[in-house]
Amino acid sequence: MGGIVSIISRGFHGRRRDAGDRLPPGQYLVEDFPVLSAGPTPRVPPERWEFAIDTEAGVTHRWTWPEFLALPQERPTVDIHCVTEWSKLDTSWEGVSLDTLFEDVDTAADYALVYSYGGYTTNLPLEDLLDGKAWIVHRFDGEELQPQHGGPARLLVPHLYFWKSAKWVRGIRLLDEDHPGFWETAGYHNYGDPWREQRYEGD
Amino acid sequence: MRRLVWRAAELVGSTPETATARTLRFRVPGWPGHLAGQHVDVRLTAEDGYRTQRSYSLAGPADGEHVELTVEDVPDGEVSPYLTEIMEAGDQVEIRGPVGGWFVWRPDNDRPVLLVAGGSGIVPLMAMIRTRRQAGSRAPFRLLYSLRGPDSVYYADELRRPDPGLDVSYLYTRSAPEGVSRPAGRIMLADLAEGGWPAAHAPDCYVCGPTGFVEAAADLLLALGHAPERIRTERFGPTGG
Amino acid sequence: MTAEHLDGNTLAGPLGEIFAVDVTTATGRCANCGLTGPIGSLHVYGPDPGLVGRCPGCDEVILRLVRGPGAAWLDLRGTVTLRVDLPD
Repeated sequence: MGGIVSIISRGFHGRRRDAGDRLPPGQYLVEDFPVLSAGPTPRVPPERWEFAIDTEAGVTHRWTWPEFLALPQERPTVDIHCVTEWSKLDTSWEGVSLDTLFEDVDTAADYALVYSYGGYTTNLPLEDLLDGKAWIVHRFDGEELQPQHGGPARLLVPHLYFWKSAKWVRGIRLLDEDHPGFWETAGYHNYGDPWREQRYEGD
Repeated sequence: MRRLVWRAAELVGSTPETATARTLRFRVPGWPGHLAGQHVDVRLTAEDGYRTQRSYSLAGPADGEHVELTVEDVPDGEVSPYLTEIMEAGDQVEIRGPVGGWFVWRPDNDRPVLLVAGGSGIVPLMAMIRTRRQAGSRAPFRLLYSLRGPDSVYYADELRRPDPGLDVSYLYTRSAPEGVSRPAGRIMLADLAEGGWPAAHAPDCYVCGPTGFVEAAADLLLALGHAPERIRTERFGPTGG
Repeated sequence: MTAEHLDGNTLAGPLGEIFAVDVTTATGRCANCGLTGPIGSLHVYGPDPGLVGRCPGCDEVILRLVRGPGAAWLDLRGTVTLRVDLPD
């Protein structure tokens, strides 16, 4: 919080902030699914959708919507934590593990820059996308992923703050050097581990 | 203008406007005054240091160290139920402002004015109406007030009283009272054509309400030939209450 | 889809913490499409995780403002100039 606590509003308690052991520090639980956006919601028809992985050597791997749906599907149930302090437990998704998408990708890169329809970007170490830690998901709670939540498909990296789970994902660029993304260049933490409360630059 | 600071604000009174909205009157020592249409940020701090803040429009003209806000109780909201149901006279919040120099009306401006309110979007427009009256301005005002039904009117008695140079039209969206010929429904071109000013009079248009309402009303004003630079809008976004 | 944003005047409070003048009445020029207009007329998304002001003409990002505890980050990359009327 910082600063001096001066004026207390008597009888004000605010949202529920109980500290169960599944709740990272400073988070509160929500039952609904808040929508935060940094721009207009892109509408991407499936016939125009594609997902790409661009390697540091200039090789691009692409999947159309039917090709993507034909890959082995997984159904992760995970807790998600937004940097704006809400957490949602046991969210259920359906999609493709990044391990599956990276099967035929040759790379020695250490960093990934995720980019989206609409221009959003976010960065993370490549290892945070692998070994069962991340998915490209297209269904939430048994339903098609709605555009306001990132549909047709979004990245899901639940061990980092949710801004890393880019909505409307379009591709991943593999890089030898780290390249901070949209929020990471505007004051938010470069890595964003909710358990270490890495919200802002310098946390 | 100086940089904004948070000031202690003590609730000195509150009156209901509707079943779900209250006007709150605060005393804010050091308040620098404000213009009609400006808003403030309100910050609440809990005993354990937890803090949150929201923006509210100022409902009244500058009045020394007093400010008035009208707050709609958002179901399951975090802040508005505290302000409208729990807070008692003598309790404190912090207020920062005034803010916003764009969506304002100044009483030295005597051009015709069209005010278009959607629901609680009436609040900053009411500040303009009250400022006009207090200043004895001769600028002709027309207010189009879109709301669910007669039970949802803010400032009902005050708007019913004659105020020369101010015309008020109500646009009911759900249920119109007996004797109103306009069928209940969303704002339409005909409402703005009949209750507003001809575009040739080049009125200053102020539109305030939920995002969808503001989009629709601003598009209709453009379709009627009003110049984009004469249309000022203020959307109430998804604030989370 | 444009029905999700707020108006530029919502920036007045947050920018008022940084600037001594009301920047929402200043005129900016979009670095992408060249449109000029008051900051108060931008399409604003947010306020969380940060405020993003976009050009009403081309939707490009004009400014971004993130307020953390004890610091604010302001990025004006999308505006070429900011004209601020001041008294002589």
